[in-house]
Amino acid sequence: MPREGILIEKPYQRLSDGQIELIHKTSLEILENPGIICFNAEAAELFSNKGAQVKSIQTDGPPCWHLSIPAKLVNEALQSSPKTVVLGARKEENVLIMKGDEARVFFITGSEANIWLDVDFQTYVRKGDSSREVVLPEFLPRRGMLADLCESARVSEHLETLDGFIRNVNIQDKDITEDNKDVNKYFASLNNMTKHFMSGLTNPKRLDDVARMASIVVGGDEALKKNPLISFITCLIKSPLQMVDDTTDTFMAICRKGFPTVVSSSPQAGSSAPMKEDGILSQINAEVLAGITLGQIVNPGCPTIYGSVPVRARLDTLGDSYGAPETAQYNVDCAQLARFYKLPCYATAGVCDAKTPGQQSTVERLFSDILVTLSGPQYLHCAYGLLDCNSVFCLLQAVLDDAHFQMLKFFLKPAIVNNEEAEKTLKQIREVIETPQKLYIKHMRPMIRSGRISQSYPFEGNGDSDEVFHLAYERMKELAARPVEHIDRETTQKLYKEIPGLLPRLNVY
Amino acid sequence: MSEDIIALLKENVIQGRKTAEDEGIEDDLSGTPGVLELTQQALDQKIPTGRIISEGLTAGMEVVGEKFANKEYFIPDMLASAEAVGAAMDILKPYLEASQTQARGKFAIATVKGDIHDIGKNIVAILLKGAGFQVDDLGIDVPTEKIVEFVKEEKPDYLGLSALLTTTMLAMKEVIDALATHGVRDQVKVLIGGAAVSEDYAREIGADAYCVDGFDAIRVLESLRS
Ligand code: B12
Repeated sequence: MPREGILIEKPYQRLSDGQIELIHKTSLEILENPGIICFNAEAAELFSNKGAQVKSIQTDGPPCWHLSIPAKLVNEALQSSPKTVVLGARKEENVLIMKGDEARVFFITGSEANIWLDVDFQTYVRKGDSSREVVLPEFLPRRGMLADLCESARVSEHLETLDGFIRNVNIQDKDITEDNKDVNKYFASLNNMTKHFMSGLTNPKRLDDVARMASIVVGGDEALKKNPLISFITCLIKSPLQMVDDTTDTFMAICRKGFPTVVSSSPQAGSSAPMKEDGILSQINAEVLAGITLGQIVNPGCPTIYGSVPVRARLDTLGDSYGAPETAQYNVDCAQLARFYKLPCYATAGVCDAKTPGQQSTVERLFSDILVTLSGPQYLHCAYGLLDCNSVFCLLQAVLDDAHFQMLKFFLKPAIVNNEEAEKTLKQIREVIETPQKLYIKHMRPMIRSGRISQSYPFEGNGDSDEVFHLAYERMKELAARPVEHIDRETTQKLYKEIPGLLPRLNVY
Repeated sequence: MSEDIIALLKENVIQGRKTAEDEGIEDDLSGTPGVLELTQQALDQKIPTGRIISEGLTAGMEVVGEKFANKEYFIPDMLASAEAVGAAMDILKPYLEASQTQARGKFAIATVKGDIHDIGKNIVAILLKGAGFQVDDLGIDVPTEKIVEFVKEEKPDYLGLSALLTTTMLAMKEVIDALATHGVRDQVKVLIGGAAVSEDYAREIGADAYCVDGFDAIRVLESLRS
């Protein structure tokens, strides 16, 4: 049985059918005029062969082409693009099946944070009264390392609400190079958890090795086709409306191999896209459709995922403001657009502007977590543990997030209202009304055992003071100490023999 | 008359109106001359370029800076003003050269090899131009050799390098080393910025400074000059 995620019975939608049609139409017009500026020669040629108008642009910089993509080509791609995408896993119960027309949500980690935040608890004594002391967490930033990625994967394996894993720590050890980074991040992740693994590629030259690794782990190329353990995320579009050279190469290579790939675009409303809601939507939709069209030209039927990472600009720095309500609006809208095309959607939520776990981080992440989940995208990068616009990762925050998602998942369970229940309700009320105390307490008992009542917040303290951080930290330590199912000894040996560049310290045998 | 033009110039810098088509902040001022038209008028009236710059453009930018610090203005306002001043400096350039008034220095900026992020670099370029520097933008994904060649040929006073990825930040060291190999390291001050880098990294690779943002760059440049 694959993972269930959570089915949103009545997805929240901001746009009417007419408005969605209008955005779609505007996006198609954008793709014709002004079209796409393409920095990749092969992609330009492929588009040209398929009937797009392609003109070389004269600049001082690198060679580039102007593509005017006709609606017909986009519509063909939308036809051939799979409506169901399977994301495999080492354990069958962790497989994700994403159906583009279904508002089911899977919760996934995300991004590639440079900074890892350690947590340390210190006791502070009150000035003038040394008998009064308080224990407070201190958050200590440092560069992320391979060992951190392993720990993050191990804890993620045990976070119940987490359905899949995107590498969330950028590994910056001294012996990690552009050449060995990919194989080590894929191995570190696959070896420390059994959920689906997605990442971007640092060096396209290592795609073959990464693919080979997945094939060895899953037991051969045929098995890998049925159960793609790994998938990729590629930002081949640079907003506004430019197709970059190197990532487009990578994207085409991945499509040719048939791995699931997210075509992700991340325009910033205000700087690289219009600030107006319909403006950024029309543009991001055009950008993603251009990428999907290329994927389908390269390999018709290859599984591409509609990737939306729209964000609003901050007015003070022009950095990203993920905490802004508009960012949640754009993501909700994109989920609706993807469903209009019946394509599985990768959406973004939970990203916060706050720099450490605390009130701001909780408010910002929960706000978009709840709203974007309600819109029902399939693959929700919901930023477990991420802070400071995804540049910082804190495992403690990931554990806190898991508790939030437990609540959210509970809330989204379907209501049970039917004739049988109505009968029971009448019986219960009539019975209780007859008793002297008139209390329903006894009737809660069977419900407690059947999971029909939500659990209390797991990090609530016993005394007068808040102990959230402390309790979450204990839980984090406990989860990190739990065993995980590593790749077996024999397969590991094979991997070390056949995949160049794997660092010996990742070998658990 | 010259008083009026200079006062208007300053006011239009504050409004962030580059040309007569722009609206301005509070009221719709479109149709009335903007910074470019006023600078041309000032030149036509033979107002000294030094005065145009100090009492019009720079004085206006100072007010904009204060308003930004007080959170009355936002980055888009700041950039609009900086862009207007930058455009005015372009018209003034030939006159400056004739009158031997110096721009505040020549600043070359590039996103290093392998990296295509440019939003931050572009903002820094606009701000520095607005602050009176002559800015040469070499673009994105710029090969080390091209940067070195530019430094050798064009002799900028400052070189700004941007990198957002931990993989591409290594190219910054490559640039600094290559400048040394070509014997031009001492001729230019190197400033670095971008999400991947830090004060420590600047020290490690022998850059002259790390800047958090464009404003920081202006502060750093002032301190380097004095
Ligand atoms: C927007 C964005 C993109 C856009 C770029 C659009 C563009 N026109 O630039 C796109 C989608 C194209 C993109 C692509 C990629 N990105 Co990107 N991107 C970002 C993002 C979200 C924001 C960057 C930004 O524009 N910020 C706003 C500006 C205003 O800020 P800034 O750039 O920092 O600049 C300010 C200061 O730093 C400073 N400054 C900057 N440079 C300089 C230079 C000088 C001289 C001075 C004085 C000051 C200075 O002043 C600026 C103004 O205040 C960052 C996240 C982040 N936290 O930075 C990721 C991020 C940088 N990207 C990341 C990644 C992984 C990628 C990709 C590899 C993704 C992929 N798998 O395809 C590709 C890389 C392609 C390549 N070869 O470069 C990672 C990098 C992690 C790492 N490994 O180091 C980040 C950190 C996101 C993350 N957490 O995962 N990206």
